Amino acid sequence: MSALLEASALRKRFGGVVAVDDCTFSVASGTVTGLIGPNGSGKTTVFNLVTGYVGADGGAVTFDGVHIRRPSPALLARRGLIRTFQQARIFPQLTLVENLVLALPQPWWGFGRASVGREERLRAEHLLDEFGLLAHADVAAGELSYGQQKLLEFAATLMSRPKLVLLDEPTAGVNPVVVERITSHVRRLNEQGLTFLVVEHDMNVVMSLCDPVIVLDGGATIAEGKPHEVQRDPAVLDAYLGE
Amino acid sequence: MHLFVQACILGLLTGGVYALMASGLTLAFGIMRVINVAQGALIVLGAFLSYTLFTRFQIDPFVGVFVIAPAMFVLGVCLQLAFLRVLREGEREELSLLVTWAIALGIEGVLSYVYDTTYRSTNTGYANRSWDVGGFLFPEVRVFAFALSIGIIALLYVVLARTRFGRSVRATVQNPVSARLLGVDAARVSAIGFGLSAATAAAAGAVFGIVFSFNPGSHYDLISRLLTIIVLGGLGSLGGAVLAALFMGTAEAVFQVEISPTWSPLTFFVLLIAILLVRPQGLFGVAARGSA
Amino acid sequence: MSRIRLAGATRAAIVIGALALFPFLVGQQWVQIGVLTLMYAGLATAWNLVGGYAGYVSLGHVAFFGVGAYAVAVAFTRWFSIGGGYRPFYVLPLIGIGVALVSVPIGWIAFRTRAATFAIVTLTLLFVVQQLAFNLHSLTQGSLGILLPQPSFPNSEYEQPFYYAMLGLLVLGLLVSRWVATSKLGLTLFAIRDDEDRARGLGERVTLAKLMAFALSTGLAGMIGAVWAYHLGQIYPQFAVDPLITIGMVLMVYLGGKGSLWGPVLGALILVPAQQELAYDYGSSELYLIAYAGVFLAVMLVMPRGILPSLTEQWRRRSARSRPTRPSQRAEEPATS
Repeated sequence: MSALLEASALRKRFGGVVAVDDCTFSVASGTVTGLIGPNGSGKTTVFNLVTGYVGADGGAVTFDGVHIRRPSPALLARRGLIRTFQQARIFPQLTLVENLVLALPQPWWGFGRASVGREERLRAEHLLDEFGLLAHADVAAGELSYGQQKLLEFAATLMSRPKLVLLDEPTAGVNPVVVERITSHVRRLNEQGLTFLVVEHDMNVVMSLCDPVIVLDGGATIAEGKPHEVQRDPAVLDAYLGE
Repeated sequence: MHLFVQACILGLLTGGVYALMASGLTLAFGIMRVINVAQGALIVLGAFLSYTLFTRFQIDPFVGVFVIAPAMFVLGVCLQLAFLRVLREGEREELSLLVTWAIALGIEGVLSYVYDTTYRSTNTGYANRSWDVGGFLFPEVRVFAFALSIGIIALLYVVLARTRFGRSVRATVQNPVSARLLGVDAARVSAIGFGLSAATAAAAGAVFGIVFSFNPGSHYDLISRLLTIIVLGGLGSLGGAVLAALFMGTAEAVFQVEISPTWSPLTFFVLLIAILLVRPQGLFGVAARGSA
Repeated sequence: MSRIRLAGATRAAIVIGALALFPFLVGQQWVQIGVLTLMYAGLATAWNLVGGYAGYVSLGHVAFFGVGAYAVAVAFTRWFSIGGGYRPFYVLPLIGIGVALVSVPIGWIAFRTRAATFAIVTLTLLFVVQQLAFNLHSLTQGSLGILLPQPSFPNSEYEQPFYYAMLGLLVLGLLVSRWVATSKLGLTLFAIRDDEDRARGLGERVTLAKLMAFALSTGLAGMIGAVWAYHLGQIYPQFAVDPLITIGMVLMVYLGGKGSLWGPVLGALILVPAQQELAYDYGSSELYLIAYAGVFLAVMLVMPRGILPSLTEQWRRRSARSRPTRPSQRAEEPATS
């Protein structure tokens, strides 16, 4: 299996704190790769570096075989890399359909077109249906429950048929029912060929969903492998339980 | 060269007064995230009050400050309680601009009614005297004004750094939610903060009235400069506001002397645009991630 | 056409039709108030494109109004004659495009800032343009102002051409607003209003969208300024670029409903006659200012979301209560607040 995403020697410091220190890992195509680590291990920063939300001080990001010199969210989105956020970010005053349609990249000359075209609406409704949100298609997204918003954000990532989806703590702040729905969607989509990189705190979810699992600590990769191997790795145990 | 240095001196002295005016604005923004467009009008109000005290009761403006400042402190608190407290957190920044603009118009209206629109100036006897130091003129009034301004700013700094109230203010500025969780009474801090802001306007107004001539409509010119200064310095940064004020004051004076007096008011805006092109968050502001 | 669109178009036709008939029913002094009302309605609608749709509160829009005013004044005192009196109206599209083009670099700089800073920057723009008007003597004659040629329209119908010019610009503004609101441009603007960073992260052309809205908005404002100048007959820097005009148009948008299609028009229809009434009753400018401030504060504090959105919200709640099973039908104006 080839590597869809490669991060090599990433570095980032914030003032006096080195958040990411010579971090290298890769995400193989067709996997659901987990990214875990204790608090302060740099997971979120790595996520932000790789998706272009924060500029790296050093290192390189390669996506789909192409070295991305200056990652930016928009550029990566056009290339097929989409992410979600820990606190679901949706457009609260826009309807669900509009939220989804906005996730589709548009050429600049497309401004004159109708805000929601027929094909776009059909595709949006199809996705909403898959996620059980079709009944609320024309409701303002701000009126959904938090769990539904997370599902909406997830659905939005799929609109542009990406190659890699980065999920930032997808189960944070939601009840077990929603957790189950999210993980089953991830499994289903992965079977259809979509690659995932998941940052997660919930160990149960990670163990059952992800393979391989990458462990970060102190801003660098300390372990990588199947979930059970990693769980027993002394370096990992030390990172979580030590100090 | 002589002219240049003289301009710099005058500019710095004026800049000190601008700094005092701007510090009130920054305080209001830092604590409540309120852009107080009425600050200019409050300063003009202070100028008129000081003028009246002087012409009616022969009270020197620098003395009158001790009367006007507390009075306007109370006014500030009342304004905050009446008009700003009711604004909800999310839309406060946006609506405060418009609400305080309305307050400014109201103050302008009242002043026009009471005083009419002729230009006034508080003409104290020493208003035209200057000290000659090494061939450069230091107008007495402007030096006093500068001293008063720096003095009040220093006092503000001490209040912020040393007193319990000051700590509450700094906590609220940095993180309103945490501050509240830690027991800081946001309502009280906001009201007092706004009162302080108005009090600095009173002092600045007294000084302003001696150095410049003014009428009720002068607040537009004032507020446009002050807003430029705090944007340049970075919204919320007191140190930034002071530095920006000194810089702008000097730049305008130099421009006035070296290039053209008629175009000098534009220096403020030109500088603002130039800085914004390079640093949209101003000199000391934090880069905005999302609005407000 | 879908049922909703037909209903909306009919409503629009009725309102516009009524406005068009108005001059035939009343005397000249009322038509004059009508000119002022339509002027503010148009300005408010134009402002709404940027302030309401994108959420960027611009406090300096009157600067472009003033540029349009001076453009027509200079053009017809220096270079052209007004002919039969209608020439200035024909030149309007050129003025609109000219002002729009000029506004793009300005907008590009201003849009690098956000929220409060943006408001302040646009406010300073207002003062800059005012200063320029005062100082560029050779072009604007500074504080002397410019006296425009008076057209020889018949006295009994003098106001009519201006009235219809303003009405035409208002209709143009409404058409543009409607088109934007239902297009991808509008969707992008609404997304920017909700969460600009996310919109940019998704790959939306955020800067382009903002600039397009800005150009449309300022072009309209410039044309309106041109008609106003022609109507007034003489312009001075402090009145052509008057902060009170900016605050008036902003207030009307907030009153009627920021972000809705007809809200700005409603706000103007309410406030301008009221404003004229206040000016008439109180005459002297001082009390007028106080009263104005009072109205201003009342609107901001009591109904900051505006009349139309509050009404729509109530209607939606009532209909949702009576139809609990299906979400309410898609409203004609999507994503309006």
